[in-house]
Amino acid sequence: MIYLDNSATTKPDEQVLNSFQQAASQYFGNPSSIHGLGKDAERLLRKAREQAADILGVNSLEIIFTSGGTEGNNMAIKGIALEHQSRGKHIITSVVEHPSVLEACTALEEIGFRVTYLPVDRDGRVNLTDLKEAISEETILVSIMHVNNEIGTVQPIEEIARILKDYPKAFFHVDHVQGFGKAPLDLSNLGVDLCTISGHKIHGLKGTGLLYARRGVRLFSLSHGGGQENNLRSGTENVPGIVAFVKAMRIMEEARLKKLPHLQQLQNWLIDRLETIDQLVVNTPSETKVPHIVHFSAPGLKPEVVIHALEEFQIYISTKSACSSKSADESAVLAACGKTEEVTKSGLRVSMSYQTTWEEVQYFFEKIKHVITNLSQVMR
Amino acid sequence: MQYDHIIIRYGELTLKGKNRKLFTSQLLANVREALDEYKDIRVKKKYDRMYIQLNGENPDPIIERCKKIFGIQNMSLAIRAENDEKDIKKNALELIKNTDSVQTFKVSTKRSNKSFPIPSQEFNHVLGGFLLSHLDDISVDVHQPDLEVMVDIRQDATYITSKKIPGAAGLPVGSSGKSLLLLSGGIDSPVAGYLAMKRGVQLEAIHFHSPPYTSERAKEKVLDLAERLSYYGHKIKVHIVPFTALQQKIHREIPNSYSMTVMRRVMMRISEAVAERENILSLITGESLGQVASQTMESMHAINAVTSYPIIRPLIAMDKEDIIQISENIDMYEISIRPYEDCCTVFVPKSPKTKPRLEKVEQFEKNVDFSEDIMKVLEEIETIQVPQKDKKEDSLESLL
Repeated sequence: MIYLDNSATTKPDEQVLNSFQQAASQYFGNPSSIHGLGKDAERLLRKAREQAADILGVNSLEIIFTSGGTEGNNMAIKGIALEHQSRGKHIITSVVEHPSVLEACTALEEIGFRVTYLPVDRDGRVNLTDLKEAISEETILVSIMHVNNEIGTVQPIEEIARILKDYPKAFFHVDHVQGFGKAPLDLSNLGVDLCTISGHKIHGLKGTGLLYARRGVRLFSLSHGGGQENNLRSGTENVPGIVAFVKAMRIMEEARLKKLPHLQQLQNWLIDRLETIDQLVVNTPSETKVPHIVHFSAPGLKPEVVIHALEEFQIYISTKSACSSKSADESAVLAACGKTEEVTKSGLRVSMSYQTTWEEVQYFFEKIKHVITNLSQVMR
Repeated sequence: MQYDHIIIRYGELTLKGKNRKLFTSQLLANVREALDEYKDIRVKKKYDRMYIQLNGENPDPIIERCKKIFGIQNMSLAIRAENDEKDIKKNALELIKNTDSVQTFKVSTKRSNKSFPIPSQEFNHVLGGFLLSHLDDISVDVHQPDLEVMVDIRQDATYITSKKIPGAAGLPVGSSGKSLLLLSGGIDSPVAGYLAMKRGVQLEAIHFHSPPYTSERAKEKVLDLAERLSYYGHKIKVHIVPFTALQQKIHREIPNSYSMTVMRRVMMRISEAVAERENILSLITGESLGQVASQTMESMHAINAVTSYPIIRPLIAMDKEDIIQISENIDMYEISIRPYEDCCTVFVPKSPKTKPRLEKVEQFEKNVDFSEDIMKVLEEIETIQVPQKDKKEDSLESLL
């Protein structure tokens, strides 16, 4: 099997599964219980929190464990909006965000917030001038993803943070789900107030993740109850899931330090080769991109057909991102980049991991070339 | 070309005359202990500075670690070059090339090695000119350069550095003797310990534990605090005093309004005894004037009367906000606010005397003899050294 759909989800690491299994069986106490079993679970949870904070270079009080990217994004956006609406009711985001950001914003529009959706250029990048024009004294939140989940574009987070320094009323949220482990963010210095990370995108388990909320940033809780996670997310903590997630963070960071150039080489090689196939258009930008995503279109071909054809060779890639499906078969991200309809309707995404090998990428290229050549003969 | 050395410059300890060697030797020992895990590096002491020879180690975590060592005024990453014009030029050029976004620079040469043929001023021009001719889009700005290339030509070699990273200042821990810190688990006492360490004091700690009124979590919290403190100096011995029986007795025998004062006095007596046993000459508390009932002038007078040992109170004149600020800066705050009761809060009477009178306290204590209980407690003290590497900790770490 050649799994190249790592931006949809990743295969959990063996060590991560071991940690989950051990934590679930040995530390099953409720961290809030006052007896010894509770104490041990609490301690494990605390260690996990400290390690997550360490990896991100922040304080452990700033970590809120969540169920993943969608929850983190909702918690940040609605949490800021509801808590700080008296300061202003304007939110800025971009048209290429993940649905959990876009839909959260839409929901807020229905209850009286105003949302500006920044456009993007052909590479999927927001324009800083657009941001400067959109921002006002009414703006309480700017939410921009670090890495686009479909084509891999890296947004100018540092520059945006610098612009926002002049608007102390506006909080800055970064959806870092596709970025963690591939494109690091310096949370302690950048001026980012909130940052979402997901566990299952980094070889952790589904249902885990975290939201970084800088100290002093108040959020309206979306889940009231026993007061866990700093009163922001009540509910008994998923200790084994959290432990597995933090383990995955650690393994991911180690892999990044060792293998980032390897991934970069694979990507460069693959993009170069794909560009030699006449029927294909590469959509991943040539600069400021993450090294694990290669997105391209096969104009005139139905992407599902390509996917199924590759499946026969046990190769797994995806069409557009698994979770965005605005219109039936068009990619909203590619449309926002101003691509032609033929391109937006025929997008294919390869997303690699640090485990991806040269052999796999070469085999994939051989097969995609074969598949595309065959299919275009049939279709024409 | 990467940085191959870290230069460590001493702080005020350079002023200390004959004691100087004592201080620098202590600092050397502390630096070596702190960097023990980096097997490849070498730490060498010279008269006015120390060198860490990196031998290929990544300097960033080492600098971070050194920022916590008292007695270091500042540090610089350095490239060592031969005392040779060509070699200095080559390395200075590499240094600029490897530094991000440099548009302006200046060269400052210091030449303590007078056998080097070119005088400092002249060498500034020589090197500056060389760098200008080998780099694009760069100019000299002697007032506010993006990068200052500092060239230090010494007897053994030339060290090229670009900036000074501030150290923790203070005096090397251990150079001012040892003291016993009364560590409760709140915000104040760890800060008091930290400030004493900053003046070169090596710590032991004492904690009063009253199970089941206080939980294992409270004890663990104290050990965690002590462990964080130990990062700023040496390993710390924590003496855990089983205090339950004594506390119950005080509660039973002493009128409510005075029980707190008496409890503190008993704690002082036990602390003094432990200090004596450990050859320690003073006690440290986190008291700050007027914060709570036990910290009024009258209270301190009544409590202090049981011991002739000096009690160091680093926080005595500090505001709570400032104490919290330090606590946050040294990463203690998040531990201190864990919500477990310690022995001082468990038995707090509804209305403790804020202005206890010494004669009255002594009157009450006359009828109750604590000496035997204190002797017994001293026998039962559990002493734990932090950082401790127990099995439990290891198994937690392997999960993560």
